[in-house]
Amino acid sequence: MDLLDILIYISLAILLLAMLMMLYRVVKGPTTADRVIALDSIGIALISVVALLSILLDTTLYFEVILLLSILAFIGTVAFSKFLERGEIIQHDRDNDL
Amino acid sequence: MKQNSKRVNDVILQTAAIIIFFIIVIFSIDLFFAGHYSPGGGFIGGLMTSAALVLLLLAFDSKTLANVLPIDYRLMTASGLLIALATGLHSVFLGRPFLTHAYGKFDLPLLGEQTLHTAIAFDLGVYLVVIGITLTIIQTIGESE
Repeated sequence: MDLLDILIYISLAILLLAMLMMLYRVVKGPTTADRVIALDSIGIALISVVALLSILLDTTLYFEVILLLSILAFIGTVAFSKFLERGEIIQHDRDNDL
Repeated sequence: MKQNSKRVNDVILQTAAIIIFFIIVIFSIDLFFAGHYSPGGGFIGGLMTSAALVLLLLAFDSKTLANVLPIDYRLMTASGLLIALATGLHSVFLGRPFLTHAYGKFDLPLLGEQTLHTAIAFDLGVYLVVIGITLTIIQTIGESE
């Protein structure tokens, strides 16, 4: 086990701690916005975990997982922020709806 | 919390969504063709394409999407199932077990010698079914009334 592996394990432990804290905020969070932002940050932390694992296992097959997770996290962010802003996610007629 | 003014201006979201839509569609086509030896395939490619369409639904509205892409998603699901079933059944008519696939090496122009496989037709069926079902579900439960 060389230095890089030790550093990757330390980073994974830190990310695990961060995700546990975010999970606490998802359960406890006083408002909807807190829960939404915490879920969003869990997605970002998950991307980092997959990237660290792909360094640890020395494979490039996980890169597509990273791209896919980041696209889904982006769409989730857009949907959550539209929900917070407008109150509905998919509108039928944007110009004429009240 | 509901603002409901007609003068909501989200030009940044709409401009970005048009560009990101094509990036996601290209990635989904890449995933669709990568599916034989590496991660990917018809299912996840279809999910990515429907994610791109959902992004357009979020940035614009369902009326705009119906104008831009006049697709009946139920028809799309049915044709995908038909393609997958036909790919499975063609081996039965040739006297082989159900879902036996055929492949061979072909000399294609520009691409050189490539292996073509009938599993790609089955995957195309899965792709169409996933897009059709996902967008039917989202449009059914996403509409306000």
